[in-house]
Amino acid sequence: MDFGFIQLGIGRWLHIAAGIFWVGLLLYFNFVQTPALAAAGKDGTAAGIARHVAPRALFYFRWAAVVTWLAGAMILGRHFTDAFLFMKPAYYAIGVGAWLGTIMLANVWLVIWPCQKKVLGLVPASDEEKARARRLALIVSRVNMMLAVPMLFFMVASGGIFRTQFFG
Amino acid sequence: MKNPLESAWLTVALGVALTAVLYYAVRIAMLGA
Repeated sequence: MDFGFIQLGIGRWLHIAAGIFWVGLLLYFNFVQTPALAAAGKDGTAAGIARHVAPRALFYFRWAAVVTWLAGAMILGRHFTDAFLFMKPAYYAIGVGAWLGTIMLANVWLVIWPCQKKVLGLVPASDEEKARARRLALIVSRVNMMLAVPMLFFMVASGGIFRTQFFG
Repeated sequence: MKNPLESAWLTVALGVALTAVLYYAVRIAMLGA
């Protein structure tokens, strides 16, 4: 088993698996949990979701994001700067995908998770602060969902036969 | 006016539009066409 097997083979497998975990939960938040919490809030049944479901989903969400990014960085390896600094045309596509993924990771850890800690009562916050945090978390979660569309495209379009199809 | 980002499906549509813009930008940067 050589290093390439681990870096490009196992690394890619891990990157895709963790990415499915991360983006799957992102879609779950946007299409399932957020509207479910809004509906549950009206009939007084939101507490169970907020206490038992949301913290677990957020745990896997934010750590899957880290694993995805680290596995992606491992795959890029010595081409990390080629991609992130757009140093070679062959790495432009993966560079865009990598930047979109990095912005999404930053949004998760710097905005969504701190906001959700207030919303879920894991850190002290007034009702007004909770309402503001809930709205900011929603908007940034939506931004991440929007960015996930081109991110997935560039991840797919930057490798193998897909790159030939999209970029000649 | 409601923020378009409040709609999940509209957000996906914005993502598709952004994808098209970025795709052609990268394609032009890579291939010049």
